[in-house]
Amino acid sequence: MRMIRLVVVTWWLQLKIRSRSAFDGILGLIWPIFFATTVFLMFRAGTQSAALVSAAVGASVMGVWSATSTAAGSALQSERFQGTLELMVGAPRPFPLLILPITLSMATVGAYSMAATLLWGQFVFGIDIVVRDPLAFLLAVLVTVVAIGVLGFLIAVSSVRYRASWALGNAFEMPVWLICGFLVPLSALPGWVRPISWVLAPTWGMSAIRAAAEGRSAWLDMALCLGLAALYGLIGTLLAGRIVDSARVHATLALT
Amino acid sequence: MPVIDVRELTRTFRSGGGLRRRARREVHAVRGVSFSVDRGELFGLLGPNGAGKTTTIKMLITLLLPTSGQAQVLGYDVVERPREVRQRIGYVFGGDRGLYERLSGLDNLRYFAELYAVPPREQRARIGELLELVGLSGREKERVEGYSRGMRQRLHIARGLLHRPEVLFLDEPSIGIDPVGARELRTTVRDLVDRGTTVLLTTHYMFEADELCDRIAVIADGRIVASGSPAELKQRVSSGGVLEVEVFGVPDGVLGAVQALAGARTVVVEERGQAQVLVVHADPGVELTQAVLGCLDGARVGKVVTREPTLEDAYVELVGSSS
Repeated sequence: MRMIRLVVVTWWLQLKIRSRSAFDGILGLIWPIFFATTVFLMFRAGTQSAALVSAAVGASVMGVWSATSTAAGSALQSERFQGTLELMVGAPRPFPLLILPITLSMATVGAYSMAATLLWGQFVFGIDIVVRDPLAFLLAVLVTVVAIGVLGFLIAVSSVRYRASWALGNAFEMPVWLICGFLVPLSALPGWVRPISWVLAPTWGMSAIRAAAEGRSAWLDMALCLGLAALYGLIGTLLAGRIVDSARVHATLALT
Repeated sequence: MPVIDVRELTRTFRSGGGLRRRARREVHAVRGVSFSVDRGELFGLLGPNGAGKTTTIKMLITLLLPTSGQAQVLGYDVVERPREVRQRIGYVFGGDRGLYERLSGLDNLRYFAELYAVPPREQRARIGELLELVGLSGREKERVEGYSRGMRQRLHIARGLLHRPEVLFLDEPSIGIDPVGARELRTTVRDLVDRGTTVLLTTHYMFEADELCDRIAVIADGRIVASGSPAELKQRVSSGGVLEVEVFGVPDGVLGAVQALAGARTVVVEERGQAQVLVVHADPGVELTQAVLGCLDGARVGKVVTREPTLEDAYVELVGSSS
């Protein structure tokens, strides 16, 4: 119970930190709208309205991923910069439980971009997005946001050891758009890429969201998405102890 | 049994750069340091920048692994049992960093109360009590980015005490604080020790160490060069008196002439406003006033003071002789 409280309270306070910068706030408002506009303009050239709806949903998840991946990489670098990383490592609570709420808070901020993208598509581009199974759709969104948060956690853990690994998040941002089928169907990708797609939870989250929007069963996709997220959580937790020990050997917890 | 027990602790930093021809560099920050601190004691670690004070503290609070040697805090090995050590210690670093700027002081304390496993039922009362202790009551809802350096430092102290640690590590806690704030901080530290908390303090301010510490270890170039009570250190290094002569323009050749006087140990000139002050450390039992004034014949002389050596005198001599 105390662990759940720890995650919830730290998630809430991290969300507070993230919501208090006017600069970040404005960027957060504008960024998903740029994504959405680019995608809508690309797909409007085609004639199939189903593809446009699929692209709208894909663009909305792109925002969640981008907000989490780039921020997760740099999150621990900012903790290091403000001198709080050492305090987190030096705390008696399990370190992974202190990192996870940080990336979950980022994914939560990213969830706004889903709503913004869908509304932008509806009102500015006139894309009529009909969600045939709203309950499954909402659940699929929630599962995807959590899975992306946990994947961000895996990226964040690595930056405890390597000061420059904040760049990992940026490096993964755009490949994941493609590999997880946010913009183009997986069937359009080369065969050797597909196994990579299958081990990435956002692929299944994206698939579940689309299935729910179209009225197909989304439960298997959701289960796979959650299962992979749990696996990432486990790997991250096991890695965190070793990575922190390595950081203690190599003195990379502080800036100097 | 000592609360902190350090035996032959060493720490070497290795760094390298470049993809090709990686240049390896080794810095021996701590070289075989040993000391112990008893329960309820306030122990000071003094040394110049880069002497190894912070590295030593970081090994004791489990943020760095030692290269060799052993250290125990409250009977727990800092390498083998870091979690047990972390549950029982608090630490405060000097400076602006270590707080969430965009959160209020209260939210910072709430956050760290969770991190340091303060029971939820006790959090509110404990935070209120600490805000009172460090004089931040009434300002706790303001964002930290608007706090002065002194307020931040007091918030750091409150954070370090949230989980009632048995041992508190203070790494230059008064750095950058105004004199009034520093005095309040010293009072707070002294109160904590009076209530039974063991404190390990590093500071650059000699009067602070002299006023607060029960025992001091002077560290230079990664090694402990002397240890003892402040009085013992002053006695050990220079039992002779110190003569200070205010001069308005020290003539050429005077330094050499004073240095050549029998019984003059060291001579330095310090700039103090319009004047210069000739500081002469004498051998024990030697009176140099008339001889030094004789060397200054013709120069305009102001105040002449003889005093006992301070901890700072001892420190300068210890660190100087070790380099």
